[in-house]
Amino acid sequence: MNKLTTVEEAVSIIKDGDTLMIGGFYTVGTPHDLAEEIIRQNKKDLTIINNDGGNPDSPLGRLIYSGNVKKVILSWCGYLNELPDMVKSGKIELELNPQGTLIERIRAGGFGLGGVLTKSGINTIIEEAGYGKRVHLNGEDWLYHPPLKADVTLIEAYKADNFGNLLFRGTQRNFNDIMCYAGNIVIASVKKPIKKKGELAPDTIMVQGPVVDYLVQQEV
Amino acid sequence: MNVSEQLTVVKTLSKKEKIAKRVAQMFRDGSLVNLGVGLPTLIPSFIPKEVEIWAHAENGIVGVGPPALKGEEDYLYVDAGNRFCTIKPGGSFFGSATSFGLIRGGHVDFTVLGAMQVDEEGNLANWMVPGGKMAGMGGAMDLVVGAKKVIVASEHCTRDGSPKILKKCTFPLTGARVVDIIVTELAYIEVTPEGLLLKEISADTTIDEVISKTEAELIIADDISVMNV
Repeated sequence: MNKLTTVEEAVSIIKDGDTLMIGGFYTVGTPHDLAEEIIRQNKKDLTIINNDGGNPDSPLGRLIYSGNVKKVILSWCGYLNELPDMVKSGKIELELNPQGTLIERIRAGGFGLGGVLTKSGINTIIEEAGYGKRVHLNGEDWLYHPPLKADVTLIEAYKADNFGNLLFRGTQRNFNDIMCYAGNIVIASVKKPIKKKGELAPDTIMVQGPVVDYLVQQEV
Repeated sequence: MNVSEQLTVVKTLSKKEKIAKRVAQMFRDGSLVNLGVGLPTLIPSFIPKEVEIWAHAENGIVGVGPPALKGEEDYLYVDAGNRFCTIKPGGSFFGSATSFGLIRGGHVDFTVLGAMQVDEEGNLANWMVPGGKMAGMGGAMDLVVGAKKVIVASEHCTRDGSPKILKKCTFPLTGARVVDIIVTELAYIEVTPEGLLLKEISADTTIDEVISKTEAELIIADDISVMNV
């Protein structure tokens, strides 16, 4: 199976109305080429799950500002100054999750779990706004959050082989490894020249080849 | 150091430096510490030489090193405050699931955060002003429920001089009953089941001044001492 494709073809798989997980933390690990192409292909009514939405100059930030995104699920949006006003005027819906809850909801979605039980956000707006539902188990109070899944996951990797095995470098990993398990279709934009199957040391691989559907080679 | 020597030292430090220097004494050799943005970033320069701490960054680092030098920035080495950083020998990179597992799992010894408001019950509000711009809580809600010790490092009063240490927080909470210690430029306060215990005051203040600048009830410790910075 040939997983290697172009940015154009990879992004053409996305349908209007899809839920997308897009990797990255302050744009580190965000697949800028794929986000740019989503804007170019004018995909509409998207829901985007990401940590922080990038910044207004990044492709992800511009995508969120484009009017083609109906909802974002983030933990922080401090760089997207216009987002609060867009939310107020009803142009976009914003759901804020504590960062640890967000990653765990994604992990639960990807790993076949029924949700997350956490103490984060208990007795705060997270509970009051109804995002987390309080449950009492084994003598303790927890907030329950349902799992998150995506139609398409788009992430950046540092190294890959043509089977889809992925490695990350530095703080590029952040949400990216876990998001690969929670997307029905997974597209990885790869920084370094993609290797042949078998050329990456098996015990260094961070996401397993069968999980990844498409690879896009960044310009080297 | 006696009180007059301490007074001399205190006069050389800004409010923020006093707070940072007091907090820096709390860490032990080998402590895993998460330092928030703003004031807490001043703390590392005051940590005693014989103490080596391991700084944790939410986006996946244990052992955050000093900021990267100009021209030596690595675009994939970025800390949780979005600064190009380095990593110390012995440090490691990992993903967000592991990072927040370290936090909620109680592996982080100290988290040091700023405050907009903190109150008698140890409630903390530090992420959202009602009616203000919504920026999000990021990792703060996880840090305050997960870290072994939650230290609020903050100026004693707001910019307009009104108290930050209140009977009851009015802003949306980051966490309920989560704060262990409050360090300001005037005081070192422990949150106890009985209330806020004033344990130390700065050499350049008085108990009366601390009380007058604090809305919350303060219990004065029997062994109250001068803050050593």
